[in-house]
Amino acid sequence: MQSSTMIRRLFAITIITFIAGIVGFAALTRPAVIASTAVPLASSFAPDLIARGEILAGAGSCVGCHTSKGGKPLAGGYAINSEFGVIYSTNITPDAKTGIGAWSEEAFRRAIREGIARDGTQLFPALPYDHFTKVTDDDVSALYAYLMSREPVHAQAIENTLPFPLNIRALQAGWKLLSFRSGRFEPRQDRQLEWNRGAYLAEGVGHCGACHTPRNKIGAEVRERSYAGGIVDGHDVPPLTKANFSPVPWSEEELFNYLRGRGTRFHGRPGGSMRAIVRDGLIKLPDADIRSLAVYFADVGDATSRTKVAEVAIERARAADDLDFARRDEKGAALYMSACASCHYSGGATTNTDRPNLALVSSVNEPDPSKLARVILYGHKAEMPGFGQALQDSDIARIAAYLRSSRTAAAPWPDLEKKVAALRQLGSSR
Amino acid sequence: MTSFTLNGRNVTAEVEEDTPLLWVIRDVFGLTGTKFGCGVGMCGACTVHIDNRATRACVTRVGVVAGAAVTTIEGLDPLGAHPVQKAWTSLQVPQCGYCQSGQIMQAAALLKDFPTPTDRDIDAVMAGNLCRCMTYARIRTAIKRAAELGKETKNG
Repeated sequence: MQSSTMIRRLFAITIITFIAGIVGFAALTRPAVIASTAVPLASSFAPDLIARGEILAGAGSCVGCHTSKGGKPLAGGYAINSEFGVIYSTNITPDAKTGIGAWSEEAFRRAIREGIARDGTQLFPALPYDHFTKVTDDDVSALYAYLMSREPVHAQAIENTLPFPLNIRALQAGWKLLSFRSGRFEPRQDRQLEWNRGAYLAEGVGHCGACHTPRNKIGAEVRERSYAGGIVDGHDVPPLTKANFSPVPWSEEELFNYLRGRGTRFHGRPGGSMRAIVRDGLIKLPDADIRSLAVYFADVGDATSRTKVAEVAIERARAADDLDFARRDEKGAALYMSACASCHYSGGATTNTDRPNLALVSSVNEPDPSKLARVILYGHKAEMPGFGQALQDSDIARIAAYLRSSRTAAAPWPDLEKKVAALRQLGSSR
Repeated sequence: MTSFTLNGRNVTAEVEEDTPLLWVIRDVFGLTGTKFGCGVGMCGACTVHIDNRATRACVTRVGVVAGAAVTTIEGLDPLGAHPVQKAWTSLQVPQCGYCQSGQIMQAAALLKDFPTPTDRDIDAVMAGNLCRCMTYARIRTAIKRAAELGKETKNG
């Protein structure tokens, strides 16, 4: 026969063998099914174990991903818009048929630590098991006790919309080979207890890096760039390192107040996705744990060595407020002064928690003007009214441009009016 | 259905959540001291306090004040004897009076944040409260007088 047909045949045989090899490998290494168990009674768990589990579930914000809008808590159905398709969260209430009621503690532990369901199928890393692998045995038991003592809800899982071949769960085994490193949290000997507690909470059940760390092409976190910022659901998630856009570094005090849901002097209040995380999740943590997280992230952001940076930024902010009147002929200045300054003016060195000095907010300092534009359009709950009905896109663009030029040394934002118009079209999503 | 406190009273507004707070205060609860001037948050006539912060009620949706403490001009002081009100009376600040509820509420908040305000502070914080009768000069003097009165009360 002709050599080209021969080559083609050889090629086909090689490919088929290769695929057969993978399938065979996958079949042989398929994780075992763990037998289903009777749904445990909530009373079978010690109350203080459940209480500890509640704290950990708060730190991990389980409700955040496992509850759909208007749905019952932890019953799943929340759409996670990954770059690979939509993955719907599962029901983790102790319902025997549609939830995890029939899961033994062993099955639960394997699921959150290794990403394998009770029936042996692979779970997608939308469940951040790459973080939960760090959680101690005792804490896993506590989480299990907490979840198993919640109200069972009958809610069938929604089909994911991942395209072929990404929807083949068995392929996750390959993803794990490339990206997953299992193992408990290892405390650092050169750090204090508080730091290690913060690190354990953040890197383990808190999975902060899942949003705040950039990911590579196959969706795995880039470990060398921990906390350098990410993109979730089309929104930029800020870095927590010194690359953070806020001109004033996040000190331990600022972080504590922020994570405790209080107003901060220089960083406003939790907004966007952090709002729900702080309000529904971190609220369960005792002050000591919030303090630990603050200590940890103050270190991640290198705040203690940057107090001079803070002083310079505050002085510039104060000066900017003073200069507004002198700049009143600049485009946007008069509009800013009549619409915004009456609330946002802070004048002196003492900034007002409830009136963030706009020179110091990260939204004015970020490369993307969307956060600022969104706040002006839709407001921020009771603290800040939305001006979307009062101001046109051109007005908002003028104000944003004025803030950018008068309060920062950063490059002007391009195409502001277009961006504001586009955001207005999208509507207020929160 | 939004529940909040209004001048110290627990109230519930059975209206759509996106109803402007201004209309809830005026039409539902009959407190007409707070005025409608522009409806877009640019004139200050509708200024009230939400948890002691001056806010424009015409652009604040009632839904967001759930659980908060709203104070109107009627509730600023039970006897109308707030230092700002005293200064306003002694200096006879108002002319037609329409903007003055807003001016007083804004001034009261100003003095909380800036107990000894400079002209620059007053310029900036009061810039959003417009007065067509141009009583600005009296407003400025009254704010400074109120600051002094406030200190007298503290020290005496």
